[in-house]
Amino acid sequence: MSKVAIHAIYDDEEPLMATAKELRSKGIKVKDVYSPFPIHGIDAVIGTPRTRIAICAFIYGITGTCLATLMMWYMMIHDWPTDVGGKPSFAYYMNVPAFIPITFEATVLCAAHGMAITYYLRCWMLPGVKAKNPDPRTTDDKFLMIVETKEENKNNIEAVLKNGGASEISYK
Amino acid sequence: MNNLNYTFTKKTKNITIGLMVIGFITIVAGFLTDHAPDGVSHDEYHHNRFWANLLVNGWFYMGIALLATFFMALQYVAEVAWSVAVKRVFEAVSSYLPIGGAVMLVILLAGQFGVHHLYHWMDPEVINPESPKYDEVIANKHGYFAPWFFWLRALIYVGVWVMFQRGFLKRSLEQDLQGGTALHFKQMGKAAAFMVFFAVTSSTAAWDWMMSLDVHWFSTMYGWYAFSGMWISALTTIILFVLYLKRKGYLQHVNDSHIHDLGKWVFAISFLWSYLWFCQFMLIWYTNIPEEIVYFQERLHDFGYMGLMWTVFFMNFVFPMILLMSRDAKRNYYFLVIVGSIIFVGHWLDVFMMVMPATVNGHWHLGWIEIGMALGFLGAMLFTIHSALAKRPLLVKQHPYLDESLHHQV
Repeated sequence: MSKVAIHAIYDDEEPLMATAKELRSKGIKVKDVYSPFPIHGIDAVIGTPRTRIAICAFIYGITGTCLATLMMWYMMIHDWPTDVGGKPSFAYYMNVPAFIPITFEATVLCAAHGMAITYYLRCWMLPGVKAKNPDPRTTDDKFLMIVETKEENKNNIEAVLKNGGASEISYK
Repeated sequence: MNNLNYTFTKKTKNITIGLMVIGFITIVAGFLTDHAPDGVSHDEYHHNRFWANLLVNGWFYMGIALLATFFMALQYVAEVAWSVAVKRVFEAVSSYLPIGGAVMLVILLAGQFGVHHLYHWMDPEVINPESPKYDEVIANKHGYFAPWFFWLRALIYVGVWVMFQRGFLKRSLEQDLQGGTALHFKQMGKAAAFMVFFAVTSSTAAWDWMMSLDVHWFSTMYGWYAFSGMWISALTTIILFVLYLKRKGYLQHVNDSHIHDLGKWVFAISFLWSYLWFCQFMLIWYTNIPEEIVYFQERLHDFGYMGLMWTVFFMNFVFPMILLMSRDAKRNYYFLVIVGSIIFVGHWLDVFMMVMPATVNGHWHLGWIEIGMALGFLGAMLFTIHSALAKRPLLVKQHPYLDESLHHQV
């Protein structure tokens, strides 16, 4: 049996949420939702797995901390010991308060840029790439829910979607 | 069924009264047993340890109520919707302000009459050029520390703060009956006025009452540092009360998202405090100018506070940062209670670090007087907050953002 994708358009986010909950309670998976603004709590309702960007952010941040520490240790202690304000420059830890702002900034810099770049790559949002939006109206005032299902279930699901308040239903 | 009428149970009442009794006994016994340490002549000793402790607790607990008032005003000025569901808790925490302010005034009054010598500059001898105690630095600051000006300021701070705080609470109850938006906009106007007044007086009060303990020293960061410390203490008190009430089955309208937002505030403001604390430290450490470095010389090297300084740093920055970083931790009851308690004690110790090196110098203790008095004041504050909670319904009835707050989701 071939699979079909049902595209259901809604005028509001609340009926869409309610329908998504109903579908999930019947064991039907919602493939994706497109909306003009973020709908709070939708990811839990449609069962999107938790984002792992926090783990990436942590790794990027630690990388930043290490790079900054290495850089400052090399410049200020190892290669060319610099005495600023009469502070001892024999070892890194003796001067550590002075290095904290840069460590902090480098951590933030790496974490923020790393997260942004990861996001763009993961979503494949690069210069010149064509947008993957199935229906441009979802950038204005419509909400789109996509349900992928087998051919034989489609009438069943269509009824649920219609009952939930879908204003248009199409198959792709 | 969401029960909005909090009952101050007999058991809770007994606990808070018990704490107050402990505090009272410690105050009396502490005063009687507080003798001059070795090397200090008996005649010159004015129960410094006792009075310094009163000041630590007076300032710390007043700060909690004061910053709860500020936080309440902030919600109006910024037109915040989510916090309406827990607004009554902010109001209850702020209700200790009149007592806290009165305690501070009593401590200052005792200093003015020479009962204690915490404030070196209150001694009229130090500005008399004929006297052997003459101190030119203090004499140059006399314009600011002249008794009439000092007392005018002190009374204005406490008076105006209390006036605003009572006004907010009164209008909040009136709004329950009246509805509409007229009173809400009035609250907003008053809150904006309070913000302007508070922006100046939070700093100047910290200079007058706390920074002047080290009267030769000054720091432009001090006002904000004290302010952020009070703010985080107030937030932890608020979040602990919200969690307590939820545990007891009240505040059922408060959902995970409200708790999460409060957790974010605790996380953010503990960073704010750390930031200001470190800024003040690093600039002074780096420039190493004798008249500035004395403050940290006393606290780090001269009087043996090094361990306590590190403890404060770990309790107030490292633990909250690590423990509250993740989203789940900010929604978790146990995490928040543990971190909240750590921060609460940590900031009490921070105030201890502000006061003690300047007053009792090396003769500091963390013994039964310190702990007993802190518990006593804690009891007084808890008693006030619990009674304030019991007096009024736990949820506002008429507020333009009430509905939005009840559906809060992040």
